[in-house]
Amino acid sequence: MRKLPAVTSGLADRAFRAEANVFVSVFCLMSTVSLAAPTPPVTPVSGVEKALLTLVGLGLLLLLPVAFDADAERARLCFFVALGLLSAGTLGWAAFTFGRKPAGVRQDNLWLRGSTGRGSLAWLTAVVLTGFYVVLYWFSADDGQGNFGPLNQLVHALDPLSQALRRHPADQWFLYGTFYTLAVLVMGGRALWKYRPSPYQQIRTVSVMFFQLGFAFLLPGLMLALQRPEYYFSYFWPLKQDYLFPGTVSYLLKDGGPGLGVFMVFWGAVMSFLATPVLTYFFGKRWYCSWVCGCGGLAETAGDPYRHLSDKSREAWRWEVRLIYPILGLIVLITALLWLGAAGALPGWFTTPQQSGVPLLGGLSPVDGLGKVYGFFIGSIFAGVIGVGFYPLMGSRVWCRFGCPMAAYLGLLQKHFSRFRITTNGGQCISCGNCSNICEMGIDVKQYAQRGEPIIRAACVGCGLCSTVCPRGVLNLENGPREGRYQGSQLITAESLRILS
Amino acid sequence: MHLLIIGNGITGVTCALTVRQLQPTARITLVSEESLHHFSRPALMYVYLGHLRPQDIKPYEDWFWAENRLELVHARATTIDAGRKTVSLSTGPTLTYDKLLLATGSAGRRANWPGQELAGVQGLVTLPDLERMTRDTHGVREAVVVGGGLIGVELAEMLSAKNIAVTLLVRETHYWASVLPAQEAALVQQQLAAHHINVQYRTQLAKILPDAQRRVRAVRTTQGQELPCQWVGLSIGVEPNRQLAQAAGAETDRGILVDEYLQTSLPDVYAAGDCAQHRRPEAGEVAIEQLWYTGRHQGETVAHTICGQPTRYQRGPWYNSAKFFDLEYQTYGRVPAQVPPGEHTFCWQHPSGRHLLRLNFRSDTTLAVTGLNALGLRQRHDVWDQWLRAGTPVTTVLAELGAANFDPEFYRQHEADVVRAFNQQYPQHPVTLRRRRGLFSFRS
Repeated sequence: MRKLPAVTSGLADRAFRAEANVFVSVFCLMSTVSLAAPTPPVTPVSGVEKALLTLVGLGLLLLLPVAFDADAERARLCFFVALGLLSAGTLGWAAFTFGRKPAGVRQDNLWLRGSTGRGSLAWLTAVVLTGFYVVLYWFSADDGQGNFGPLNQLVHALDPLSQALRRHPADQWFLYGTFYTLAVLVMGGRALWKYRPSPYQQIRTVSVMFFQLGFAFLLPGLMLALQRPEYYFSYFWPLKQDYLFPGTVSYLLKDGGPGLGVFMVFWGAVMSFLATPVLTYFFGKRWYCSWVCGCGGLAETAGDPYRHLSDKSREAWRWEVRLIYPILGLIVLITALLWLGAAGALPGWFTTPQQSGVPLLGGLSPVDGLGKVYGFFIGSIFAGVIGVGFYPLMGSRVWCRFGCPMAAYLGLLQKHFSRFRITTNGGQCISCGNCSNICEMGIDVKQYAQRGEPIIRAACVGCGLCSTVCPRGVLNLENGPREGRYQGSQLITAESLRILS
Repeated sequence: MHLLIIGNGITGVTCALTVRQLQPTARITLVSEESLHHFSRPALMYVYLGHLRPQDIKPYEDWFWAENRLELVHARATTIDAGRKTVSLSTGPTLTYDKLLLATGSAGRRANWPGQELAGVQGLVTLPDLERMTRDTHGVREAVVVGGGLIGVELAEMLSAKNIAVTLLVRETHYWASVLPAQEAALVQQQLAAHHINVQYRTQLAKILPDAQRRVRAVRTTQGQELPCQWVGLSIGVEPNRQLAQAAGAETDRGILVDEYLQTSLPDVYAAGDCAQHRRPEAGEVAIEQLWYTGRHQGETVAHTICGQPTRYQRGPWYNSAKFFDLEYQTYGRVPAQVPPGEHTFCWQHPSGRHLLRLNFRSDTTLAVTGLNALGLRQRHDVWDQWLRAGTPVTTVLAELGAANFDPEFYRQHEADVVRAFNQQYPQHPVTLRRRRGLFSFRS
């Protein structure tokens, strides 16, 4: 939820090219198929399913008059009817699809349907999602008279809700937050149906729904209603990078007042530097990434139909390492420079506004400019446009895997200072590949399981789906003593042949 | 040394990987007619179901073979000249070897049913089988599956997921009667019923009936019933592929005969996995083991012998696993369908019919545990292996049962119920549960 103007620069081109490289290599790797086979039959779509999907379609259709209808009252009515139809249709579809069969792991036709198998429907969804983010981030800012560009009517349709919750008129970010929360709740409902044989998945899904609704929607709104800073207690530095920037800290201390402002700054610092290492030591990075985080929450709910699309190749792993740690390094550097600048420990040039002529940086000091560039490329383009827009093509965790500095930080802790691991059950693995397939973080889980080795990877967000889908009961998420954490099973000779170079 | 391996299934590949470790300089060639790359045979069903794509069931990425200097040949081995140490290939060339491993696997058994050659009649063992099934089940409304074993229930699951009405013909009185005790089979039957599989017990296939295009139209059962169907799956077991070895002069019986070092009667020729038949199996063991796990063990064992470290095949306590629709099954040690003499059995079952735990143990004073069946419960292999090797008394096993619990976090723990039921059934051997699993921890 970042608010920055649109701009292009040479840096943008380079960043895009680096991104493009990832995608090109990803798509090239996808096409190396030599076990060719004809397509199996797809389960026919039943009449009830068609009816429920019609509700979803009508809901989407009704959003159009909201955007273009001149009558504000009618637009508002359409808006809430649309959201109602979308929610009811999706939940009804989930209840029908997963509820009419006995409770079990249901992944049938995952790769055979176009919507979840990178077919034409997936492309269409990706284009619409990406387009929505582009419009939201760069073409729907308030023009000063309460006009929000193409999203104007949608935003104003939410005015009553926004007034009730926040005592403020709606803006484009409130619209986004509402859509986001609704997506987590509705698709969370779907996940609850789908994974109902697994208490772990159910509790975890309820957790992300709770944190999104309570901590990322209601509580920030309430703060605003109370004339306090709109603070998100479930986002921390370095994911929410500016929460520990000197500018934000001084703003919180001023606007939050002596009690609350101090608490907010204290909360942010304690969560980043104390709670994160301690909780990760005991539970692994999952305590945040797949239980609390909003980005993770969306990935685990709305992104669940796409989780198998993550690239499991070694090449993708290399890109992950090349991108995520430099991004963490960059935000640490920027934060350090900002504080040094604020403390007056840097030469004056760094903190003096410059007229550079570069659109994004005009009138900013070099250090502030660096922060702004980071926010634009990492915070907006990577986390939003690519991170969510590309769900239907690259899976639900592109941002978490390749970009998120918080995930990098948690990952380092998980790898080196944690009791968490995924244990392999002796020699029971049959190399079927269901675990690797379902891993949203692109970990080739079976490489470890078929060697009888525990899985200890920085990337693992502990969603537990590998364990849930394993047909032989081989994988289990466990916290235990760190001694012998890497110890493989004695019942299978772990090959020392390299799977990585 | 040039090691030539015929067959790139789990046995051949495990041998290749182990030899690569033991002898980094050895030349290793894998020949397979079925596919260039190794794939997971038990995963075939997931490709059909659409859970996975064909490339997803390759256990290793394609670069793996070249980087580890494992040469792959996609061809059929037509003849072996054991005297000259050569193997000729269907594609023309002849390969020489220093050591030869036959890991040719097995093929679906046939009972010479009339009509078994018709279009739409097949088994499911190989990749071409999967391709045929994929091609031939479009538009099928009814199917018949013959055989109440593991592949039979897999076929039923695959077909029913595509809304095809399935009839399963089972010769015995209950499912997988050669292996499962009746209570376990009853839970599998509950799964079959819940997924609307029509199971006909005590029924065999008599005849497959054609239509005008020589496609299957119906089957007739030994009960005289005619079942209309457009596809028939045959899954009454597998038989070793021994023809290549037989033609080369190796001694064969049902499979390729091997000694305890997995050597055939031909010099420098070994056989392992599904295709091998042990001349002198250990007491209580079968001569032909046709499992993914035993194939892996045999491949690993024979690699040591091939590399000059003669190693007897000693599998250790038996284990296996499967999934019957939504019901997971794990077994450790031996739990025969009938309780063996000198043993007791204890079986606990949850009222929901979704969890079952059976323990067999000696009736003498040792009370040593001999085997476990777990349905809908995940049990820790390493712990069970130790208990079985040590002949741990059943009372100790039950008291420590939490240590073997491998269910995910937040799953309901049944150990207290199990121990209570045991104390009711065997009051002369009182047990107090000492070990439950913590919510967030293991290994206290």
